[in-house]
Amino acid sequence: MEEHDIICTGCPKGCQVTIKTEGDKITDIYGYECPTGKEYAINEFKNPTRILPTTVKVEDGEFPLVPVKTAAPIPKSDLIKAMNFIAEKTVKAPIEIGDILIENILNTGVDVVATRNIKKESEV
Amino acid sequence: MTKHKMVVVGAGPAGLAAALEASKNGIDDIIILERDKYLGGILPQCIHNGFGLEYFGEELTGPEYADRFMRDIDQAGIEVLTETMVLNINQDKLITALNKTKGVLKIKAETIILAMGCRERTREKIQIPGDRPAGILSAGTAQRYTNIEGFIPGKEVMILGSGDIGLIMARRMKLEGADVKAVLEIMPFSSGLVRNKVQCLDDFDIPLKLQHTITRIEGKKRLKRVEISKVDKDFNPIKGTQKWINCDTLLLSVGLIPENELSKAMNLKLHPATGGVYVNENRETELKGVYACGNVLHVHDLVDWVSEEAEIAGRSAAEYLNKNQEKRDLPIKITPNKNLTYTVPQKIEYKFKDKKFIKIYLRVEKPMENVKIVFSHNEKSMLSYDKKIVMPGEMVTVNLPVALIKKNMEEIKLSIVEKVGEKNGRT
Repeated sequence: MEEHDIICTGCPKGCQVTIKTEGDKITDIYGYECPTGKEYAINEFKNPTRILPTTVKVEDGEFPLVPVKTAAPIPKSDLIKAMNFIAEKTVKAPIEIGDILIENILNTGVDVVATRNIKKESEV
Repeated sequence: MTKHKMVVVGAGPAGLAAALEASKNGIDDIIILERDKYLGGILPQCIHNGFGLEYFGEELTGPEYADRFMRDIDQAGIEVLTETMVLNINQDKLITALNKTKGVLKIKAETIILAMGCRERTREKIQIPGDRPAGILSAGTAQRYTNIEGFIPGKEVMILGSGDIGLIMARRMKLEGADVKAVLEIMPFSSGLVRNKVQCLDDFDIPLKLQHTITRIEGKKRLKRVEISKVDKDFNPIKGTQKWINCDTLLLSVGLIPENELSKAMNLKLHPATGGVYVNENRETELKGVYACGNVLHVHDLVDWVSEEAEIAGRSAAEYLNKNQEKRDLPIKITPNKNLTYTVPQKIEYKFKDKKFIKIYLRVEKPMENVKIVFSHNEKSMLSYDKKIVMPGEMVTVNLPVALIKKNMEEIKLSIVEKVGEKNGRT
């Protein structure tokens, strides 16, 4: 049997929810004070995901970087791998908000999109 | 000298929202003065998500949040002067500014919106003894280097202060490959949002050391190590608890100070708890026709509330210009009482017209559970709201229905009290 402590981010209270498991099966869950806490803890135990915001290098841009994010959450365990992948990438200005800069990162089915307009350096 | 109906000082989230709202309310002669080259204030460097949940009902990053307002400003045709530093404003609403190409500008305004934002407290302000090497930065400066300029400030990082910027930068530095050794917090609780503590520290096993501070800094050219100490309940370092930690970078996230030099030049008094000016429910200052909103008024934890507050200021300034306001016979003081550090506004001065509520923003002194927020007049309770939890790091907003406000009232007090006999046991 294993025990996992998860802090719910649903509200400022931050309940510590404990999940007890046998293999993949949840045998007990307690410590939450509302349904959000229970649901959050189960999701967080089964498949924790996060949106990854970071930057990508830009060529010929008014700035050397463009901020980006994964358009949807990706598995938490992929965050560092995704960072290493994104670090290798360079894109060319101009860039518009929402432009897909990397398709289907690490086969997660999720694209990496620009979150700021970046003009060409020569046009500023 | 030029003349404008409305001058907005600062093109951060507060200035943009105030200008837009005034424009929507029929004001057509607005100019925004911004010292930076770009609009959006601090938002473009806040590349993380978590913005807009309250205001737009969807989760955005900082640059995306700013872009929505920038587009609307553009569409509304509101004039913006960037690289323009306002040097002085006098009590006759005469503004002196310096523009990169136009030189000195004199602008006479009918209304002014103060939206200068805030700046970070520095090492000097908290007086950490020791050497003065390179590698000690405010968290916001490190954020700008990392997210906009493209420099990583260091490899082995310590962070002092667990406010949201400190937490966000802990994750950011870690994701960029730095070894983030710990986040120290002098208080017995983190002042950041729970979400940030979980997703920025716990996700990456970065330790949060509560009731700890830095007591010495060492390094000749570059920072080499810092001495950390546990503190007692009065925040004094406890002898014998010192420990040296090697690091080349120290980020400080130790509070924000509203930038009120211009307000002071106008002889406006500053509130000791907010660091901002005193305002009524319209966000109007002690000088008629001059408004303040956003972080220059009081430091907000969510930009969503800044936008909302700026809209109140913009709308009220438009009413002022349209001569569509009437004062009450008596102003009502709003006074923070038990367990509260401040309220905004500090008074109610105008007749309500079609308003149903006055929204009061407040900040609590310490974390408390199962509480009541009580409005009272002459020691008698007028209204109370139940709250499961309140924290100093999360601003609380409550609505005061205008139906409860009587003509002869001079003061309404706000308190936070624990509910008795209803202890909600935690397992």
